[in-house]
Amino acid sequence: MIQPAMTLDTFGLLCPVPIMKTASAIREIAVGEVLEVLADDPQILEDMPAWCASNGHALLDTIEEGEEYRLFVKKVK
Amino acid sequence: MSKPVKAVGLLSGGLDSTIAAAMLMRQGIEIQGLTFYTGFCVVEHNRRSKTRKRKKPVRNEALQAGAKLDLPVEMIDISGPDYLKVLTDPKYGYGKTVNPCIDCRIFMFRRARQYMDEIGAQFMFTGEVLGQRPMSQRRQPMNVIDRDAELDGLLLRPLSAKRLPPTVPEQEGWVDREQLGDIQGRSRQKQMEIAEEYGIEDYPSPAGGCCYLTDENFGRRILDFFEYEGKENLTMDDVMLLKIGRHFRVKPDVKVVMGREEGENKFLERYTPGRWRLETKDVTGPTTLVEGHPSDDDLRQIAGMTVRYAGSKADPDTPVACHYEDTERILEPSPVEESVLEAWRI
Repeated sequence: MIQPAMTLDTFGLLCPVPIMKTASAIREIAVGEVLEVLADDPQILEDMPAWCASNGHALLDTIEEGEEYRLFVKKVK
Repeated sequence: MSKPVKAVGLLSGGLDSTIAAAMLMRQGIEIQGLTFYTGFCVVEHNRRSKTRKRKKPVRNEALQAGAKLDLPVEMIDISGPDYLKVLTDPKYGYGKTVNPCIDCRIFMFRRARQYMDEIGAQFMFTGEVLGQRPMSQRRQPMNVIDRDAELDGLLLRPLSAKRLPPTVPEQEGWVDREQLGDIQGRSRQKQMEIAEEYGIEDYPSPAGGCCYLTDENFGRRILDFFEYEGKENLTMDDVMLLKIGRHFRVKPDVKVVMGREEGENKFLERYTPGRWRLETKDVTGPTTLVEGHPSDDDLRQIAGMTVRYAGSKADPDTPVACHYEDTERILEPSPVEESVLEAWRI
């Protein structure tokens, strides 16, 4: 069970806004901690892996619950 | 070992900015990618508004390029009142449509320069090619942009560098000018050859036309807004609606926006507060938003328009549900002649 240090709610927001909010939120947690991102824009399934890959963070898991998504991003650096 | 030189690269994820970044990475430059969210990107809008049932996902190319080149990408939201002033009151005017490309570049480059200073980078670069675009990528406008954005020679355009005066990063020896490009013009042949040489594949088709501000239909709608609602009243919500669906100016103070498919209908539903929303009862049809102050007769006609675009399952008498805030009325539609509809179309 992943224990997030912070949860970011982006319901109702469309990409790339959830990604920009993720970038801001990850600055607020420590290296090694996990940010949970809640979203309902399916584009995040494309954008979050790319954002994590380019910015050096780890996407630990993505849970799809109907049209809602929970993504767990570990701050690596 | 000395610290690597750091540069901010304006990265759209298109072919040009991707190979510009790769060209500098090969010279050992540490690159921080930067992409702006303006609210006017065609690809971004299509990702948001079109139906989810796609065979091929539409990607955020800047993020994809960052992942591909293994370089970090910062996304900065510049949409908002300050950026809208670029559109409504451009110092250097518009291009062929309502595209304030020179002012837009100045705005972005100023913000990029600020970011460059914030992260301690030594210079910035773009994938611009001399002579590629008619308004902002000619020598004289480039000089104006660099001057007004107060770049102090710190903007490098690697793909055309040999055709431009040396910049500070070249003069200082941070980058080797000899290894930079001498590309000019609209052909992408050289860029594709460089991409092949660098092993860069799977880049988006180099076509341009990525900004709504260069789109004629969008330009017509913006000018309609300026005329009837006043450019000083333009907001980002207005911009979002101007990009989508069919638009009709029924009266000077009544405008209709109608979805063309499921994705657009869903998108429009987000903008219901403060507007009338019409939908056909019992049969599938478009979501219609009405802005302004429609009379009952107007609403019946707009109901007629909604039925007109509802497809073959709707007949001219199909009732239309008309919502405003928490109220719902069921209207009998009034038919609208095609010639009238065309006269209203924006």
